[in-house]
Amino acid sequence: MVKVAHVQLSSCCGCLVSLADTYEKLLDVLGAIELVYSQTLADVKEVPDNVDIILLEGSVCLSDHHALEVALESRKKAKILVALGACAASGNITRFCKGNQMSKPIHDSFAPLTEVVKCDLAIPGCPPSPEAIVAVIEAALKGDMEYLEPFAELAKYGSEACGCDLLVKVINKSLCMGCGSCAAACPTRAVSMDAGRPLVDKEICIKCGACSVQCPRIRFPELIGNIE
Amino acid sequence: MDPFGKYIKAVSARAADKEILKKSQDGGIISAAYIYGLENGLLDGVIVADKEDKFTAVPKVATTKDEVLSAAGTKYTTCPNLSVIKSAVREYGCDKIGFVGTPCQIQSIRKAIKYPIGYRHVPDKIALIMGIFCMENFPYNGMKTIVEELCGVRMEDVVKTDIGKGKFWVYTKWGDVKTVALKDTHPYEQVSCHICMDYTAELADLSTGSVGSPDGWSTIFVRTGKGDDYLNKMIKAGALETRLIEEVKPGLDLVQKLALQKKEKNAKEREHRKEIGLPLPY
Ligand SMILES: Cc1cc2nc3c(=O)[nH]c(=O)nc-3n(C[C@H](O)[C@H](O)[C@H](O)COP(=O)(O)OP(=O)(O)OC[C@H]3O[C@@H](n4cnc5c(N)ncnc54)[C@H](O)[C@@H]3O)c2cc1C
Ligand code: SF4
Ligand code: SF4
Ligand code: SF4
Repeated sequence: MVKVAHVQLSSCCGCLVSLADTYEKLLDVLGAIELVYSQTLADVKEVPDNVDIILLEGSVCLSDHHALEVALESRKKAKILVALGACAASGNITRFCKGNQMSKPIHDSFAPLTEVVKCDLAIPGCPPSPEAIVAVIEAALKGDMEYLEPFAELAKYGSEACGCDLLVKVINKSLCMGCGSCAAACPTRAVSMDAGRPLVDKEICIKCGACSVQCPRIRFPELIGNIE
Repeated sequence: MDPFGKYIKAVSARAADKEILKKSQDGGIISAAYIYGLENGLLDGVIVADKEDKFTAVPKVATTKDEVLSAAGTKYTTCPNLSVIKSAVREYGCDKIGFVGTPCQIQSIRKAIKYPIGYRHVPDKIALIMGIFCMENFPYNGMKTIVEELCGVRMEDVVKTDIGKGKFWVYTKWGDVKTVALKDTHPYEQVSCHICMDYTAELADLSTGSVGSPDGWSTIFVRTGKGDDYLNKMIKAGALETRLIEEVKPGLDLVQKLALQKKEKNAKEREHRKEIGLPLPY
């Protein structure tokens, strides 16, 4: 039985909904997943030791020592720690928090999990699609490092994701060919296509990273070419 | 260098329906496949590059034969077809979607399927991926310069554009045909096309283009099992007329020549970018 836990810090439950959306499919495929901890889906009070995969959703409130402890503890208990979703991967909307909000006015600083502890994989997206979550878990179980490489890179270097990536990494580098994949991937419709190039509305961008992660002109893993 | 990528077989073909042939660019393969799919339940929505005011290209979701036909024909300018794919799923409720695109757009959709981070419930709804051959594309204002300044035609008068026989062709609604040598259009090409290593849409289920087949016919590469099934169904239903690629002129040799020309030229550009430290997709 592969032990999987879902741990939650500062987030909205959207990633959990995506995860729940996959659950049947995972059972189908593996018949071997044991959900050993999830505040909403399992009746367990403590994250057990030695979990194969911990999917941690949410950013870490640095003004809350409890959150920091959960982050550290998850790192210790997980063989593979996955920053699940944009809040954990790149901060997402919580990047904009600056405290003084009910009911915890003193909670003013939020960092993505990837900046607090070493994560093995990060799945951006707000929320990531159930298909992406299944694909990552399957690949992690199989040890398919080639497939996982982009997710491992995001865990290391992806914490500044933002719609600006399109300008800085693609258009400014004369790489954009105007496919519109970024616009379709954006969950907030911050990206529109203007004369064949993406235009990002900074007022709407929540920094989820989906746009630049989907762009084939930044990253195009060779294995995508294996079609049948 | 491998000119075409993997494929099962290649054929020369054209649509059997005269109305499709009249409105389409070449053999009407894309429109015929779309219409066949929509009318026979293999597809319930298809993505097209429609033309709007002043020959601008706009991606649309089409669900009827008329909509497919009104978007037939090549627009030599970027049209972000991927951008409407989620609206096909969410707003149109499609679950068997046909997609057409240039080779780069086919790469994008394959990436969206393999790494569907922001594509919730989309990958399993893509039923057919059709690629079109592509040497280069133009930003809208690049195409406009070619049409207005080099050919002396106003954009509002354009009904069709084409590339062939070393020339860029513009057809007007007044029945005029203007041309300019292709070499004079190079300065207006989209620069990002110069790192592109795919001429024949190597990752599509079915790829098609005019090169290799006689006028009014198209060359088709069948690349996947899905594409093979689909094409066989169309042929069996009489939606396509086909000929052996070996028996038509100019044949695959010309496709190979152009594919290698593109790849060799762009491989050099990629080397150059590497030397000066500019990034490439990796
Ligand atoms: C930029 C560009 C460069 C090309 N270069 C070559 C070439 O070098 N050699 C060659 O043989 N063929 C080339 N083609 C393909 C060729 O022009 C025809 O599109 C192809 O043969 C299909 O013709 P058809 O009669 O089968 O399709 P049709 O039935 O006419 O349908 C064409 C389909 O393509 C879609 N489409 C049109 N323009 C675009 C666009 N800009 N982006 C995405 N989709 C679009 C339309 O919506 C339509 O659904 C190029 C096409 C484009 C868009
Ligand atoms: S996905 Fe990348 S290449 Fe495609 S339009 Fe967006 S920025 Fe340009
Ligand atoms: S532009 Fe959209 S997809 Fe890109 S980071 Fe912002 S919200 Fe996310
Ligand atoms: S040359 Fe390549 S990058 Fe340019 S439009 Fe054609 S397929 Fe896309």
